[in-house]
Amino acid sequence: MVLARVIGTVVATRKDPRLEGKKLLICRQVDPDGKDEKAYFIAVDTVAAGFSEQVLIVQGSSARMAQGCKDTPVDAAIVGIVDQVSQD
Amino acid sequence: MYLGKVIGRVVSTVKDPGLHARKLLLVRRLPNGPAVVAVDAVGAGAGETVYVCRGREAAFAFKPDEVPTEATVVAIVDIIERES
Repeated sequence: MVLARVIGTVVATRKDPRLEGKKLLICRQVDPDGKDEKAYFIAVDTVAAGFSEQVLIVQGSSARMAQGCKDTPVDAAIVGIVDQVSQD
Repeated sequence: MYLGKVIGRVVSTVKDPGLHARKLLLVRRLPNGPAVVAVDAVGAGAGETVYVCRGREAAFAFKPDEVPTEATVVAIVDIIERES
């Protein structure tokens, strides 16, 4: 899983029926210090995350294990809103 | 699977029900890789060298529970032996 920051939303009208009702967010990957990295994701939101919040993204086929994503064409899902990152 | 070093922790209150009561560790891939967030399956702690399982199989460590993760700490490394 990776840390990311919500930077926008995506609206799609024509889409796979199994994606209907799902919120799609644009997220930029960040490092543990919160600094932006190059990678970005379009991720399905399962925890009602909002703009500029730091989130936890699960990628790949495990994303389908997120709540409400079973048997959906999803390979990135937001599964947590990050409160705190502590480094040793 | 790869070796990593536990460099910190991540706290999240609002999260997928499958992640409830799971410890989220910040793990840096050795030697100088990126930091990823991995779910802990073995009780690893700060500074320890661990063994991280990636991909769909990472969720198998918690069977029969369904945990949405693609990186899991599945072992704490005691010794690494390698040719010098």
